[in-house]
Amino acid sequence: MSFSRETDHGTPAVITAGKSVTLTIDGQSVTLPEGTSIMRAASLLGGSIPKLCATDSVESFGSCRLCLVEVEGRIGYPASCTTPVAEGMVVRTQTERLKTLRRGVMELYISDHPLDCLTCAANGDCELQDQAGAVGLRDVRYGYDGATNMGQAKDVSNPYFDFDPSKCIVCSRCVRACNEVQGTFALTIEGMGFESKVSASQGEGFLRSECVSCGACVQACPTASLIEKKVVEIGTPDRAVVTTCAYCGVGCTFRAEMRGEELVRMVPWKDGKANRGHSCVKGRFAWGYARHQDRILNPMIRASVDEPWREVSWDEAIAHVASEFRRIQARYGRNSVGGITSSRCTNEETFLVQKLIRQGFGNNNVDTCARVCHSPTGYGLKTTFGTSAGTQDFDSVMQSDVIMVIGANPTDGHPVFASRMKKRLRQGAKLIVIDPRRIDLVKSPHVEATHHLPLRPGTNVAMLTAMAHVIVTEKLYDEPFIRARCDWDEFEDWAAFVAQPARSPEAIEPLTGVRADDVRAAARLYATGGNGAIYYGLGVTEHSQGSSTVMAIANLAMATGNIGREGVGVNPLRGQNNVQGACDMGSFPHEYSGYRHVSDDATRKLFEDAWGVALDSEPGLRIPNMLDAATEGAFKAIFIQGEDILQSDPNTHHVAAGLAAMECVVVQDLFLNETANYAHVFLPGSTFLEKDGTFTNAERRIQRVRKVMAPLNGYGDWEIVQLVAHAMGLDWTYDHPSQIMDEIAALTPTFAHVSYDALEALGSLQWPANNAAPLGTPTMHLDGFARGKGKFVVTDYVPTDEKTGPRFPLLLTTGRILSHYNVGAQTRRTANAAWHPEDRLEIHPSDAENRGIKDGDWVSLKSRAGETTLRALITDRVAPGVVYTTFHHPETQANVITTDFSDWATNCPEYKVTAVQVGLSNGPSDWQQSYDAQARHSRRIAVVEASE
Amino acid sequence: MDDDAMMMSNQDRLIYMANQIARNLSAASHGMAVEAVADHIASFWAPRMRAQIFALQAEGRANLTPVADAAITLLRNRDAGLAARPVGAIGQPEQQ
Ligand code: SF4
Ligand code: SF4
Ligand code: SF4
Ligand code: FES
Repeated sequence: MSFSRETDHGTPAVITAGKSVTLTIDGQSVTLPEGTSIMRAASLLGGSIPKLCATDSVESFGSCRLCLVEVEGRIGYPASCTTPVAEGMVVRTQTERLKTLRRGVMELYISDHPLDCLTCAANGDCELQDQAGAVGLRDVRYGYDGATNMGQAKDVSNPYFDFDPSKCIVCSRCVRACNEVQGTFALTIEGMGFESKVSASQGEGFLRSECVSCGACVQACPTASLIEKKVVEIGTPDRAVVTTCAYCGVGCTFRAEMRGEELVRMVPWKDGKANRGHSCVKGRFAWGYARHQDRILNPMIRASVDEPWREVSWDEAIAHVASEFRRIQARYGRNSVGGITSSRCTNEETFLVQKLIRQGFGNNNVDTCARVCHSPTGYGLKTTFGTSAGTQDFDSVMQSDVIMVIGANPTDGHPVFASRMKKRLRQGAKLIVIDPRRIDLVKSPHVEATHHLPLRPGTNVAMLTAMAHVIVTEKLYDEPFIRARCDWDEFEDWAAFVAQPARSPEAIEPLTGVRADDVRAAARLYATGGNGAIYYGLGVTEHSQGSSTVMAIANLAMATGNIGREGVGVNPLRGQNNVQGACDMGSFPHEYSGYRHVSDDATRKLFEDAWGVALDSEPGLRIPNMLDAATEGAFKAIFIQGEDILQSDPNTHHVAAGLAAMECVVVQDLFLNETANYAHVFLPGSTFLEKDGTFTNAERRIQRVRKVMAPLNGYGDWEIVQLVAHAMGLDWTYDHPSQIMDEIAALTPTFAHVSYDALEALGSLQWPANNAAPLGTPTMHLDGFARGKGKFVVTDYVPTDEKTGPRFPLLLTTGRILSHYNVGAQTRRTANAAWHPEDRLEIHPSDAENRGIKDGDWVSLKSRAGETTLRALITDRVAPGVVYTTFHHPETQANVITTDFSDWATNCPEYKVTAVQVGLSNGPSDWQQSYDAQARHSRRIAVVEASE
Repeated sequence: MDDDAMMMSNQDRLIYMANQIARNLSAASHGMAVEAVADHIASFWAPRMRAQIFALQAEGRANLTPVADAAITLLRNRDAGLAARPVGAIGQPEQQ
């Protein structure tokens, strides 16, 4: 694709189309939905009416008066951006009178604008410049000597973009983008008339303001007033390639705008169905890690982790991996090796890693990082509905009347979806938040939750069952739906269970700490408020009853008939960019792609025939089981692609002991991550900018990842896995990831219609995409559940064994923040560090006071598993008795604290509940110090003497 | 665990997991719960883990709840061909 900006139609499309109207514009007839602006109509006809204050990401405003048109039979010159089309209307957009009027408007703007176009960074990419040309402005009668707004100081505080007020034409596109698209309301126009100017949060610079650096304002700005620093530094782009963000499960698509081989900026793609032209700070700006000096570009090996790394050729590294795995299997048995796929890599790469393990290693010892986040979603939704995935597309939220957010913090974790949700909430949908912490959604500009149920961590099942109690005992359930769509007997068993007095809101109030009245009111609202949609996150799954909670959620949706159409449903907000895809691709030790159990003979035969080997019919080891087996001497080698289990998995001590007990740990990654401290082979990985493939987002949407530059390390990750496979004697012959997708489609019924050609033609596909649904499936379970009848499952509340007591009186829960991504390996290597330089411990003022802790003090955080130190942040966002931290920085090692309690069904770790004590401290803990020393020691790379 | 307990050993954890599964599946009748626990373990535990818990149970070192204990026995009988396995695949294949 060569470079041109995406067409700006001036005003947004009308979504809920009512009647159509037909009109004539400059002699051409056109039929459009009622409510469309004249400006958009003209643009869709291929014309373009001059404009400055209108852009199609925000509602029109009608302030610049550049877009005037003539309408037959009307007096004056209406603004085309604010005037809707009407039946029989005759519009003229180019007349001599209009030209004169527009030139006059333009003249005024230009007279207060610096004329440094030739040296301006936006030269050639500036709408003011374009429009001045378009209206034929050649001269400015007012001169430039009068009072102007030029020469004002720039705000360069944001690490990614600058604000130059002297270039601002006060069109307020930025303000409206911040309000309407992002929903943060960080910008205002201060002052009146000539004095008016754009300001971020009452005069603070952008960095310290409410601004979350999403960049929507920068994208909306027609001048160089708001401009990316990279454009200033590199110049305007000359080509663009559409690709998909590699950070979170929203799956925003972007135009990667390039100048030669250099990435200038990422601009959210308007046609992207997940993000609809919006993005967050990570996807738009935080890609600098791709070229960070810490990136390892050469393969390295070493005999022991005490030795420094030795750089070797790819041939040597690959041959070493193959011979070590074969040696270890010969000595310790076929099942002594395994591997881990990555939710950060593409579907194709993930599929190849599990294929390498099943076909090449000859066992099912494959697992994935989803183990530690959404494995309960897979289990719970498959058991109840029959499919291990969310039921809706993101657009669905715009049809919801009641939105229930459970254990998720969308504004930080899934920001672009949160912006859509906030838009719907501003339109009047009601919000219920079930979360121990007062997340931003509970109260933010123009959004306020109707109910916030701040339950004690670990009581989700009790809470949801109490809501079910209200729905059943007050007869608020949807009997026709249940009779038609679910197993009625199972419903009756479940209803009898939840109706017991012991499950009532009053009975569980002492457990959850939430007033029974609030629970009753929330349950009634969800059951009777119209379309009810549930969105949940890791606060649901990362518990000892994670799977039960997912099933309890599914029960609520089925009981109220809130499933099987737009606006309703059960939606996990998936963490990593491709965690859905990694699960779909057969990364779990008990199932092949498409969630088919390895013991299913027909499925296994399919794979055996395709791959030409006999496959194991027994489930393999999960990550924690592999580590256990390692400490027992039965598991000796692991191939880890793109995951940092030492930092992301619970009970760091145990993970370290497991890794240390292995003879060959292979890490394939961009950086020497924490796990690599225990590795014997390091295979440098490639970034999403350097390879082709697909990611699948939280709405099951499969989207293309496109190579925009050559891999610095020499190979895409899929190529590296293929090299290992070849060295192990497998005859793989992939020349391009599209062939891997063809194999996935051939072997996976839900992917039967997925191909790169189909993705090229359609932009994206939501699985299932097969004969029954050739164009994919935006909403699941429309006429029936994937499993047939929906299954109600009795979910008994079983309190976690991780309990507070005199030594550990507080409950720690963990989460993430907008500017960072999980263990932070990428985001810490970008300017995003400006917003979150360290992990902090949030503690309630009364708990802090009891311990003599002041804001910013160093505190020790101690659990039964270990101890770490970090600085305190005193806030009433957390309830008394609860403390909270993020886990983005390796120095903090929050997982030194977390225990190895886990979900009963899937072993997903219980990150969200750890009993801890907090006290004043004066520095890093012993573990932090010895860990730091070990890490430094382990990261040494031998300096090779130059030969004579 | 009480406040002074350290982290679990691998064997303790295996037993803990079996009991935890049993506790979460015990809302049904005893017989159904035992079947459900056995099916669950057959679906998700690698043979190595099953063999370990059989051995612990046989040696009388497994402190299993009644449901978990019966489920492990059922599973051992099934693996030894003494009890019928459930028909078809253990996991339910995806239906599309
Ligand atoms: S970057 Fe985003 S949040 Fe910040 S001012 Fe611009 S639109 Fe608002
Ligand atoms: S900063 Fe840009 S978008 Fe905002 S008012 Fe000024 S010119 Fe318009
Ligand atoms: S991190 Fe998530 S929300 Fe942000 S741009 Fe990427 S996909 Fe979109
Ligand atoms: S573009 Fe219509 S008034 Fe500015």
